[in-house]
Amino acid sequence: MATLNNYLLVSGLLFTIGLAGVVLRRNVIVVFMCLELMLSAANLTLVAFSRFNTFMGLPDPRGQMLVFFVITVAAAEVAVGLAIIVALFRARQTIHTDDLTSMKH
Amino acid sequence: MPTILFWIFSLIMLIGGIAVVAFRNPVSSALSVVTCFVGMAGLFVGLNAYFVAVIQVLVYTGAVMVLFLFIIMLLDLKAEAARPRKPAAILAGVALIVAFTIQFIGVLSNHTNSESVPLDAKTLANAAEIGVESGRLQADGKIVKALNDGRLPDTHLMGHTLFTRYNLPLQILGTLLLVSTVGVVVLSKREKSNNAD
Repeated sequence: MATLNNYLLVSGLLFTIGLAGVVLRRNVIVVFMCLELMLSAANLTLVAFSRFNTFMGLPDPRGQMLVFFVITVAAAEVAVGLAIIVALFRARQTIHTDDLTSMKH
Repeated sequence: MPTILFWIFSLIMLIGGIAVVAFRNPVSSALSVVTCFVGMAGLFVGLNAYFVAVIQVLVYTGAVMVLFLFIIMLLDLKAEAARPRKPAAILAGVALIVAFTIQFIGVLSNHTNSESVPLDAKTLANAAEIGVESGRLQADGKIVKALNDGRLPDTHLMGHTLFTRYNLPLQILGTLLLVSTVGVVVLSKREKSNNAD
């Protein structure tokens, strides 16, 4: 049987991959997808803790409830974020982060 | 869940994650995210969180990633032309990742490991008894019946918790979704320029 630390290890690795994507990639949409990966890695930890810390002998539904709320908020966040990216593309004709430096100067 | 399945789904998930970062074409990246999330849904099933696994597939891979693909195709993005990468940025990124991984391994090596409690018929019946005694579950309800039959009524338990304990957050979440829908419409509306028409 897979133990709690196995799940934490895998979700930590996924979080690190997402972090690497956010730091290394220069395309705003790919950066946004990597943010989703990091969010999902946190979800995996929550579900793992809910299964391994039982409540009345069952997987704790409160942990899974938090995952439910996170997924819903993430869906709203993706809709708004993509609308912002579309507006940005209309204004600047680029979504490459190296070309978006107007807040720097 | 047998350990072999755990490793297979973890491998699918991690390979999908690495592919997201490695592919230059955004469409390939988006499809890799789908692979990654399907692997993660498999892990959720292994953790007996069936409802979360289903909404992971329906909401994330079904709705969110389709939205991503739609936007990528709407913007008509080509694969990134190979630009000279700044070595300082890559160095900072790698240093950050290495530091994070070391910290992470440090935390895990001090963390007390735990095995999952098997969900056999005895545990489930016992949970039903405790739930009825503490007044959380109805004695003649569907949840108690399923628990006594030796099944885990995951979706029923989630629904029960959602509509009893978490009713107010649910209403707030509905308002948030409404506000974000209105926000998206406002953001994506083209501003009328003064000299149009």
